[in-house]
Amino acid sequence: MLDLFGISLIFIGIGFYAAGSIGLLRLPDIYSRLHALTKADNLGLGILCAGLALLNGGLLYAMKLLLVWLLVLAASATTSHMIAQQALRRETN
Amino acid sequence: MTLSDSILIATLLLLITQVFGLLRAVLGPSLQDRMLSVQLLGTGGVALLLLLATLLSVPALIDVALVLALLAAVAAAALTRRGKDGA
Amino acid sequence: MGIQLWLMLDLVLSGLALGLGWAAVSSRDSQRSVVFFIAFGLLLAIIWARLNAPDLALAEAAIGAGLSGVLLLSALRDEPAAAAAGDMIRGPKALLVTLLSLALTALFAWVLLQTLDVADKVRMADQIAAQLPNSGVTNPVTAVLLNFRAYDTLLELAVLLAAVLGIQALGPARPPYRAAGPLLGGLIRWLVPLLILTAGYLLWAGAHAPGGAFQAGALLAAAAVMLRLGGDPDAGLPRPRVQRLLLVAGIAGFLLVGIVTTAIYQSFLNYPDGWSGGLILLIETAATLAIATTLALACIGGRPAGWEPAESGAVPTRQRESK
Repeated sequence: MLDLFGISLIFIGIGFYAAGSIGLLRLPDIYSRLHALTKADNLGLGILCAGLALLNGGLLYAMKLLLVWLLVLAASATTSHMIAQQALRRETN
Repeated sequence: MTLSDSILIATLLLLITQVFGLLRAVLGPSLQDRMLSVQLLGTGGVALLLLLATLLSVPALIDVALVLALLAAVAAAALTRRGKDGA
Repeated sequence: MGIQLWLMLDLVLSGLALGLGWAAVSSRDSQRSVVFFIAFGLLLAIIWARLNAPDLALAEAAIGAGLSGVLLLSALRDEPAAAAAGDMIRGPKALLVTLLSLALTALFAWVLLQTLDVADKVRMADQIAAQLPNSGVTNPVTAVLLNFRAYDTLLELAVLLAAVLGIQALGPARPPYRAAGPLLGGLIRWLVPLLILTAGYLLWAGAHAPGGAFQAGALLAAAAVMLRLGGDPDAGLPRPRVQRLLLVAGIAGFLLVGIVTTAIYQSFLNYPDGWSGGLILLIETAATLAIATTLALACIGGRPAGWEPAESGAVPTRQRESK
């Protein structure tokens, strides 16, 4: 039962990655594409990690996955902001 | 269909979404757009490594995912830094 | 069902690798080539992981995707004219190069098929596994790199030293970056300590889990590069005199151990029983510092300020300030 829940979480997470990819392809400018990217980073990876944590039991495994997710969150938040700032700078110059 | 088969299907689907994301690297007019696609490949790579860690039963791949996340941040910072005279 | 799925996964990975490689070398402008090359490095890391080689995946993620990406992006930034022009071979030369590359590929494929048919196969993996308990570590990759084939690793470190000397002979360093704003400053404040910590973890874990000197050194170099991107022109490295010592530390560590073992056992780098683990850790620590300094100096590019040669009579500026 837990396995079923875990694997469905994984597929939902991959659905968010797909949404991020499609957004990256179809949205008009860099700001909206950045926005699509963060869906994959936050929700996609987070839900995928939750699913994997359920599949491999054990607190240590779950904590490791949580650490990886938090790192990706913090890093991608900062770098997305920096990329957006640079794009704005280029537009106004 | 066993559990590891389902995880394998998930991995395959994730890889295909990465392929689509890389199209932006081909199209995107500016360097920033292209690097966005590399960013997506970076977080997609982290997810793929975590899935492979479970599929192949190699917990060390979680360490690889950690290193990939850290280094992707460094590469993205290198993209956005300007020289002394601004660019 | 499982076998077909693995086959499909492998096919997609190989196809993607070929496609990215082709795109990287055939793009008309350097921007696209650089981006495809970084993506190629990332994909290689995933392929190593798929092939059950976490040590290689670690090294590829750190060096092939991360540090190479920084190097190429910095080069793009500093040479915008060259980036726009692109540098393509066209016409008959391109055809000749293509044919030669295809011939080389066919040769490799033939060699691979021949070796797969060899009847009396000697599996290196079995031999290594048999000798592993005598090596002082439990990670077979570290055992091969630092014990069974330690001489090769010594020569690899010498190659790295030669490479960085070549880079420094090219001219002065790249211009430094402007000081970090609050955003990058905040990123550096937690990323650099985490990189250093992870480097220390990989160095220690290399004995029994995937890791080791090269991976740890690459992460330390990434920390130095982060500091340089935040405005520090020396990338957090110590004084030039200490930098020179660090560059040769890896080779020096090997040679020291080698000379002592030659003096005692008449055999270069033949670790005494029971001492292997400790000696390997010692050499790996020295090698980590050397590799980190080498890669950081390579990313700085050229001769940093303060490395002026002795004939000019000038005391290096960093040392003058620090007196």
